[in-house]
Amino acid sequence: MGCVIREPGSSVRNRTASWRVFAPNVDRSKCVKCLLCWVFCPEGAIEIDEDGFTKVNYTYCKGCGICANECPPKAITMVK
Amino acid sequence: MIRRLALPTNYAVAYAVKSCDVDVIAAYPITPQTAVVEKLSEFVADGELDAEFIAAESEHSALSAVVGASAVGARVFTATSSQGLALMHEVLFIASSMRLPIVMAIANRTLSMPLNIHNDHQDMMASRDCGWVQMYVSSAQEAHDSIIQSYRLAERSDILVPVCVCYDGFVLSHTYEPVIVREKDEVMEYLPRIDRPNILDPDRPITMGIMALPDHTYEFKYQLVDALTKVPKALEEVDKEFEKRFNVSYGLYEEYMMEDAEVLLIAMGAMASTAKVAIDRLRSRGVKVGLFRPRLYRPIPIDSWREAFMKAKVLAVVDRAIGFGGVGGPLFNDIAALFANDRDRPLILNFIAGIGGRDVTVKELIDMINMSFKVIERGYVDKPCIYYGVRGLEV
Repeated sequence: MGCVIREPGSSVRNRTASWRVFAPNVDRSKCVKCLLCWVFCPEGAIEIDEDGFTKVNYTYCKGCGICANECPPKAITMVK
Repeated sequence: MIRRLALPTNYAVAYAVKSCDVDVIAAYPITPQTAVVEKLSEFVADGELDAEFIAAESEHSALSAVVGASAVGARVFTATSSQGLALMHEVLFIASSMRLPIVMAIANRTLSMPLNIHNDHQDMMASRDCGWVQMYVSSAQEAHDSIIQSYRLAERSDILVPVCVCYDGFVLSHTYEPVIVREKDEVMEYLPRIDRPNILDPDRPITMGIMALPDHTYEFKYQLVDALTKVPKALEEVDKEFEKRFNVSYGLYEEYMMEDAEVLLIAMGAMASTAKVAIDRLRSRGVKVGLFRPRLYRPIPIDSWREAFMKAKVLAVVDRAIGFGGVGGPLFNDIAALFANDRDRPLILNFIAGIGGRDVTVKELIDMINMSFKVIERGYVDKPCIYYGVRGLEV
């Protein structure tokens, strides 16, 4: 009631990926593991896999494209 | 001991707020503000009221400040008028949707342009769908007592909706009347402090003012709709409790000589007092006319309004606000909608009057009533909305 949430952590339940039109696709052959995408992602939807490469969390990625824009070797492309 | 003072409605409201022992008052201090918060700042400065007085830089900030203070559980008050209320507009919805028991006094005034600080109901009518409980009073005493009742109503755990008490600018706000001032100890017995469930508290953290997307917003809004449907019964109870302690009650509306009335005049606020004089004069000549004065305007007590109106032949609705480009004034629209699905219903006439502080006189009200009787003779209404008294227009 009254637009109140009584427990913390509710934003995890809000699967913001439903907004996405274009999804980032990471080309591991080009990725240099600089992790600038991880730095710039406003949603914290970039994860790092066991080999140190960028991995996108498609549950929360809204498809804003900032990661692709920032990626120096252009390893990230936005695909529909 | 009963203390009776000569007070303008602004001061009557200030005394009520003082007796309610509010914690925080935030207000924009200059025009269109009225003397209500000036008096309150005096009370605070003189140590008569232990409250935080915030002189905000705008009405938007003033209402935002009481939203914040109410969110931590404080009893809060603000007041405004006309342009100030318009500037509060977006925060009105935030306050009601956050279900904060804020009480606000509004000395109703017209909206610019032209620049004019005088009375009509246009300011509140422009904000009528903001989800607040809205009461229109017709005397300084009623304003005083309604403020006290408003806190009791707003703070009920089954309600938790902000309330505004509307009184006509100048006609009531600056006019002196004898007022019995309810003393603090007695008021505090009527109005005990209640622990609210959802307040900001570092020991029990919650998130307030959340974001909700299309998936949830409707449900949050419906909760407010549902709370408002409980208000008429709750206000009746609040009013009865008030009567037990202070020997006066106001009800959800005022009926005057309605029993056998063929023409029923419907008017809100100060205008209704003038209408009683008009009705007395006509009654002395055997004219069957009565008055219905809504006190609780939002939410509308639908069933009792319908029941009260069904017996009349013509409803003469006097709006002190214009519904620009619409079918008629806002009160007329509400009343017409009550009968949207009825075959047998009274005819409804709408008079727009008293705009920008123009007086609505006894003579004019008698004229409106006479016009309504002519409608009974004719049996139909060709022109439902009459811009009564506007110069350069034949009616």
